[in-house]
Amino acid sequence: MKYMLIMNAPRDGYTQYMNWPKKILEANAAFMQAFTRKLSDAGELVGTWGLASPQQATRVRAGKDGKPITDGVFPESKEFLAGFWLVDVDGRERALQIAAEASTAPGAPVTAADGTPIEHLWIEVREVMGSQADMK
Amino acid sequence: MIERLLRDLAPQVLGAVVRRHGDFTAAEDAVQEALIAAAEQWPREGTPANPRGWLIQVARRRLIDYARSDISRRQREAAVAGDAPLVVVPETDGEPMIDPDDTLVLLFMCCHPALTATSAIALTLRAVGGLTTAEIAKAFLVPESTIGQRISRAKQSIKASGVAFRLPDADERAQRLSSVLHVLYLIFNEGYTASSGDELRRPDLSNEAIRLTRAVYTQLPHQGDVAGLLALMLLTDARRAARTGAHGELIPLDEQNRALWDRQAIAEGVALAGAALSLGAVGEYQLQAAIAAIHDEAARADETDWPQILALYDLLKRMTDNPMVALNHAIATAMVNGPNAGLALLEPLAGDERLRGHHRLDAVRAHLLERAGDRAAAVDLYLEAASKTTSLPERNYLLMKAARVREAT
Repeated sequence: MKYMLIMNAPRDGYTQYMNWPKKILEANAAFMQAFTRKLSDAGELVGTWGLASPQQATRVRAGKDGKPITDGVFPESKEFLAGFWLVDVDGRERALQIAAEASTAPGAPVTAADGTPIEHLWIEVREVMGSQADMK
Repeated sequence: MIERLLRDLAPQVLGAVVRRHGDFTAAEDAVQEALIAAAEQWPREGTPANPRGWLIQVARRRLIDYARSDISRRQREAAVAGDAPLVVVPETDGEPMIDPDDTLVLLFMCCHPALTATSAIALTLRAVGGLTTAEIAKAFLVPESTIGQRISRAKQSIKASGVAFRLPDADERAQRLSSVLHVLYLIFNEGYTASSGDELRRPDLSNEAIRLTRAVYTQLPHQGDVAGLLALMLLTDARRAARTGAHGELIPLDEQNRALWDRQAIAEGVALAGAALSLGAVGEYQLQAAIAAIHDEAARADETDWPQILALYDLLKRMTDNPMVALNHAIATAMVNGPNAGLALLEPLAGDERLRGHHRLDAVRAHLLERAGDRAAAVDLYLEAASKTTSLPERNYLLMKAARVREAT
């Protein structure tokens, strides 16, 4: 079964992350690399992608003439998708285990939108619907 | 090494089959199937005495199978439509001629300017590089069906544009060769900047690009831009082991452990770069190679011959209006005449549309401001660059730079 483990970051968390001290940046990068390798070695990793800064994000929809209408930065968004892992595991329990481990990535204390400190980021776990390739 | 043998044989086999049967599209599919069959059977049953002949035979049999099923389909349709049935052309046997130019002809075909870069890259890797669709997909971290689609669309474009299977005429040769070199350069860069956590399992595109460029060089040893590109690749790739740290973090040129550089590749690259400069008109690849050679020849970063690098960037800047060259020229200027001289050269680039939203201008400005002692402005620009880059290792590097300058203040 495939699960997407989604890491959302609070908007302020992004700015905080950009200003993390060197030590924490290093620890975080080392954790992420080791974590990815471990999942890959276990044969559970389908892929993992981090997303570029939300400053680069654009919203698009088609206008009446079918041409794209874009919308830039989103001041109202409280959270941004920061990145995700796609894992292929035996079941939901294992997906939750992996997600819990992902949430322990070292980082400076991050504060939620309402000001309360967050120890670990929440990781959202969503099962990926089976594709035709999976069903045959 | 069966894999290596198959990759070397792939363009020869494809060339021979296309020469005989004419249909590049079908021949390419047939050779791909033959290569996959060989990769399965040879390790089990042993490599045949004449591997190339084996592959050609299997590919031809596949082609006949295609033709038969195509004909029976058309006969069924014809029976319905009341047309006369088509006749099967009998297969003649015998070892076909191998033409050493085939690799080159195939490259000209696969890198035809009518194709998009992504299509040309995929087709080149499969038809000339002998990689399977699955391997190419892994290298680019996309599903196999996506690569399959790119390849079949590329082949449709080739069919539609009616390119003949032969070397291009002299009058379009130079332009077509530059398309080939550009595609090889893109393949190299894709491999060089590959940055996924899964990279150990990815086929090595840089090595593949070097191998293919070397094949072109063997055929066209007196072409300066070919020698220049091969030299540039070798000199860049020579630093690979020193370029990333234990956790995959980027290490800039001036902080690399030069003992890790590949001396053999550097020696070959330097010799080639020197020779390339004396071969006809000097182009961008030759100059880039010459610059890379100067970097690689310095035993320590502070022994780098920056005045000579600056002189080469002066030449390069006159040859191209590529803003990335202008950025590097500003860096070289700063190394020779101080950071403020470099910063002054960056000012006119701020309005350049092509650099808008690109992290590199901010990163270079940050670097020069740091050297000029304006730490606060440097931190801001490092962060600005970090928020613009789309490469994770690059972002980590820029954030680290910002943190380092901030913490030193």
